[in-house]
Amino acid sequence: MSEHVTATYRVNSEGRTIAHPAHHTLLEVLREACGLTGTKHGCELGECGTCTVLIDGEPQLSCLVLAREVEGAAIDTVEGLEGRDLHPLQKTFADLGAAQCGYCTPGILMAAKALIERKPTPTRADVCEALSGNLCRCTGYIKIIEAVEWAAALCRGESGARPADASLYGVCKEKPHG
Amino acid sequence: MADRDQPRIVGTPFRRVDGVAKVTGRTRFADDLAFPRMVHLKLVRSHVPHANIKEIDTSAAERIDGVIHFVRGEDMPNTFGILPVSQDEHALAFEKVRFVGDAVLGVVALTEDAAEEATRAVKVDYEELDTIGSVEEALVTSTDKIHEYGDEGNIHKKVSMEFGDVESGFDDADLVLEDTIFYEGNTHLAMEQHAAVAVPEGDGKITVWSATQTPHYVHRALAKVLELPAAHIRVIACPNGGGFGGKSDPFNHEIVAAKAALQIGRPVKICLTREEVFYCHRGRHPVTMHVKTGFKKDGAIVSQHLKTALDGGAFGSYGVASTYYTGALQTVTYKVPRYRFDGLRAFTNKPPCGPKRGHGTPQPRFALEVHLDKAAHALGMDPADIRLNHLQPKNSVTANWLKIGSMGLEECLQKVIDGSGWRQRYGKLPEGHGLGIACSSYLCGAGLPIYWNHMPHTGVQIKLDRSGGVAVFCGEIEIGQGSDSVLAACVAEVLGIDLKDIRLCVGDTDLTPVDLGSYSSRVTLMMGNAALQAAERAKELIAEAVAERLQVPAGQLVFAERRVFDASDPERGMTFSEAVATAESKFGTLGTTGSYTPPRSPGRFRGAGVGPSPAYSYSACVIEVCVDRETGCYTVPKVWIAHDVGRSINPALVMGQVEGSIYKGLGEAMMAESALRRLPKKRSNALVHKFPSMLEYKSPTFLDMPEIVTYLVEDPDPNGPFGAKEVGQGPLLPVMPAVCNAIFDAVGVRIDQVPAHPQMILQALDDKARGGPGRYGPKRFPDVSWGEPLRVPTPDEGGDGKAINAEQVGVRGGTMKEDPEGVKS
Repeated sequence: MSEHVTATYRVNSEGRTIAHPAHHTLLEVLREACGLTGTKHGCELGECGTCTVLIDGEPQLSCLVLAREVEGAAIDTVEGLEGRDLHPLQKTFADLGAAQCGYCTPGILMAAKALIERKPTPTRADVCEALSGNLCRCTGYIKIIEAVEWAAALCRGESGARPADASLYGVCKEKPHG
Repeated sequence: MADRDQPRIVGTPFRRVDGVAKVTGRTRFADDLAFPRMVHLKLVRSHVPHANIKEIDTSAAERIDGVIHFVRGEDMPNTFGILPVSQDEHALAFEKVRFVGDAVLGVVALTEDAAEEATRAVKVDYEELDTIGSVEEALVTSTDKIHEYGDEGNIHKKVSMEFGDVESGFDDADLVLEDTIFYEGNTHLAMEQHAAVAVPEGDGKITVWSATQTPHYVHRALAKVLELPAAHIRVIACPNGGGFGGKSDPFNHEIVAAKAALQIGRPVKICLTREEVFYCHRGRHPVTMHVKTGFKKDGAIVSQHLKTALDGGAFGSYGVASTYYTGALQTVTYKVPRYRFDGLRAFTNKPPCGPKRGHGTPQPRFALEVHLDKAAHALGMDPADIRLNHLQPKNSVTANWLKIGSMGLEECLQKVIDGSGWRQRYGKLPEGHGLGIACSSYLCGAGLPIYWNHMPHTGVQIKLDRSGGVAVFCGEIEIGQGSDSVLAACVAEVLGIDLKDIRLCVGDTDLTPVDLGSYSSRVTLMMGNAALQAAERAKELIAEAVAERLQVPAGQLVFAERRVFDASDPERGMTFSEAVATAESKFGTLGTTGSYTPPRSPGRFRGAGVGPSPAYSYSACVIEVCVDRETGCYTVPKVWIAHDVGRSINPALVMGQVEGSIYKGLGEAMMAESALRRLPKKRSNALVHKFPSMLEYKSPTFLDMPEIVTYLVEDPDPNGPFGAKEVGQGPLLPVMPAVCNAIFDAVGVRIDQVPAHPQMILQALDDKARGGPGRYGPKRFPDVSWGEPLRVPTPDEGGDGKAINAEQVGVRGGTMKEDPEGVKS
């Protein structure tokens, strides 16, 4: 069996001391040792963005991070996104159907959170650039872009802002349930 | 009755019922599951493409710390496969391997790391055989057969059928056009890698959790290979992290995990690596096509002959159905009065092909729509008009005996023609800019099941009690398409309750009625109808009891706002939970069922099982491209798509399906390809994937997406729940031909294959500059002797749906004799 290490990680503001194989990635430690299966994997080679988490506020591919390297850093995963209510990104993703199968969603939510914290009024080009390392095979990205723009507006306190109905729903009679 | 004309939920965008689970990480995908004492499985896979297995040496692997068990192929001699006619897979190969990636041994260890290390320590001694890498090679190679069954040599399936006298049709034509076209294979690339966990239960039974679109067929395969009664096996389909057809076959890893769990009495988990997923494949077949059509001066088709050659890879998979599907749906968009289809599928030593979004129909659709564009130019017509003027009418029967119900293609075409400014802009854009148009259609579920029987294709059970909660049981599988939301919406709509009042139990072979699976775009229509039936029956029971209590005629009761009340006096009523309690008091424990079986189709010839559907969706698409003549590089700035969905159950999800289809279609048109290359002879001659990673296998990113204008056309179909038809597959189909037609409008060259790469455009431009036709594409269709086609007179000729020469043509050897259950639809 491989060499084990004991390390203390700060995940979603909770401290956890864990023994794990020394070579394990942050992805493996989160999913297997911490039981935080909200973070997904699509390739484990740094190609798809699915395993994105925040390390000290920066989006990182957890499959390429050796867990020991981030001991003591602030690690944020999708499980920590929700407070008493859904985070605005979670609300808009759910309402607009920006999550279809939902497998890429946790990674995209974290990358989007970093974007709107860094840049509260992102342009569409900013959104696409910030998320261009995250693949989604269901949505065609359009609803995700609209959800991020709407969530950014909600975070700025513009509660009424919604994406244009015409581009969203064609024939629809009403807006999504809140 | 439910007020189907004025529904409260249906037709209004709503948050999908699993939306919060998906944005909070709560959705439990197969690889998220863990059980006490769980151990890990990895498969040793062949690195040679075709060989006899001489010996498997596990001695070094046994010494690796943590390795506890090996699963061997000899322990599972029974074959399996999705179709009863091609049960040609072993859970683990023990006699020979047929492609790079074929699994030969299961290794179980306490950790995934140890299992993985052990797979590399296993030594397999192979006696290598000649390899077959293409349809052409398969046609001329009869030694070293990949399989012992098939129509002839290495041809898995060969079909030939003729509806009306096609040759005399060509004689009547003003223009006869021929094209040879190639569609490269590609793969699903769902974000979730396949995973399964098998758990031995305390009562001696076994439960298998899996990322599968088809738990019903996994159930059948497990029973057959494990030699256990199906009733002692429980398959639970986890929500899929994307399917697109890639999780529609029963897979060897599911079976090996179950076998291992039974052998060692512990839960066993397996999750495939991304590279393994590429090799499991079951993706789009590479298809070479030849299409010959006779046209009248006005663009009307008088006769058409389509030939297809599919590179099937190493196993049957859905291949017999895929082969038929390359010919089946060519007739449902434009009138084709006489039609001949010849198709073959070859076995090759490559990852097996199967169904991918559009199953067998995107390739011939690409050929047809590019071919029509050329015909329009040859006849001096607008490519929009050659389509618009010759649509297959609604409520008709095609030459190949497909029954068309609702048909909204004319409105779809008008929407994209108007929206894109086609009449003002086509052929008139500046150099390098172009517009292309194409249409398509797709099934709303296959008319016949894979195993021919008279049982329903889907069932729904509803359980209600005094809590007011309604539990809905159905074998459907949520793969991201929104089937859970459709199921909940249909029941909530009828019973007048909220989506939140419904508890769903889905995709569980022990607890839920059989649903055949999330494939073939069948779920909304079939499950929706079953759900409506079950809900209407529950409503009837409740209404009868409430009517008695309130002394109001049952027909006068309204179910809405979680209440049941008198339509003429809304104050007179009770809450929904009181109403259920009233019914429970009157009838005892409450439960209802609903089921759905498609109407019988009129075709009565061999092969008529593929193509019929209760309804067909329609799409029309205009795409704009900008081509750089210097580099051949092109971009797609804008797409207009109209889709006839019959009626949207949840327009938010319908829009998402359309946009996702455009995305996937653009990937197929521009970049996606499951191309394989041959290693040098001295390195085993292996056929290996050029791009078995997400970095090299190209798919569009956020930066590649065009602006999309979507129009939902609602022409309700009488066979659909609330009139609904499919949306998951149809809108993908017109994208690829529309791109290539737009490239022609932009720079005047024809790219007769996809993906259309920049260097193909450059070569075609060079060809044109040198006085050639300005085309890039395959030169020829393989030489095939098709024999006597099955001759079926068309409805216009007064046919009865039967072949007139069935006895002369007979039955070829392409189906496996051991299984009498017929051919898949």
